[in-house]
Amino acid sequence: MTGWPLAAATFLACGVEAVEAATIVLAVGLTRGWSSAGRGVAAALIVLVAVVAVLGPAVSALPLGALRIVVGGLLLVFGLGWLRKAILRAAGYRALHDEDQIYRRETASALTASSRSAFAVPDVYGFTIAFKGVLLEGLEVVFIVLTFGTNAHHVGIASIAALAAIGVVVAVAIAVRGPLTRVPENTLKLLVGTMLTSFGTFWAGEGAGAHWPGADASLLWLTPAVLVVVLAAAGWLRAGRRSALATSR
Amino acid sequence: MSALATRARAFAAFWWDFVVGDDWRIAVGVVIAIAATALLAHTGVPAWFVLPVIVVAVLAWSVRRAARRAVDQ
Repeated sequence: MTGWPLAAATFLACGVEAVEAATIVLAVGLTRGWSSAGRGVAAALIVLVAVVAVLGPAVSALPLGALRIVVGGLLLVFGLGWLRKAILRAAGYRALHDEDQIYRRETASALTASSRSAFAVPDVYGFTIAFKGVLLEGLEVVFIVLTFGTNAHHVGIASIAALAAIGVVVAVAIAVRGPLTRVPENTLKLLVGTMLTSFGTFWAGEGAGAHWPGADASLLWLTPAVLVVVLAAAGWLRAGRRSALATSR
Repeated sequence: MSALATRARAFAAFWWDFVVGDDWRIAVGVVIAIAATALLAHTGVPAWFVLPVIVVAVLAWSVRRAARRAVDQ
């Protein structure tokens, strides 16, 4: 995976994370003030830079076979987790990820929380929520960039794609000054989960010593195959839920 | 429990939740799938199909289990 496919995969995956972080920061910033929220974002970015400084060289130093097993395995665990949520949401067993609802919930909590200052932070609540939101989503961005980039030997392209995704989301969030409700986040999560699972399966298989028929080209059938399985599973569960609801009436 | 132990526990819980997520069985299934692929590949038999088969089975099992639990609740 090089060039545009790598950039597109990283851009999409990091864009989804950036939307989630932007929703939290906007809710806190607009209700509690930007001073503490901004400091929370800055503190989280400092921690993330430190994580990159430690993890980046460590990941790059791993031998290729071990790197592919570790990275492929982690991508698989992440990707399957995303797909599990996406399937359960699509089948109606779990509430859809709703940025508007999350924004309203965060805003309501922010309006009722007490205000307390500590160190150089005027509002600890605003600082903490912004810090946690950016750190959690940022860690996923770091993970995606390092794994995709290192495996494809193009960390630079993956980093530029991630920064572009974050830049676009931040620019739109500043322009809208509200939750990014028009982003089809559930669909994007399903697609990103499909990509993480496909690449994870491919790299973990290669790292474990398997030889894929068609080598790199096998991703061309593996990715659509995973998507078909996911859609079939969602349809199967949805039909089962409808039938269970009809029986219970 | 001391403050240090509480923090260490919270730190471990954060990473567990971040990496493993909602269903630890998925992580176990992935480890088994990679180990089975490595074992088969070591014997010289084509092993590429092992991971996709186990991955699909683990995902189907996990969502079915979650759906059943949702219905029971």
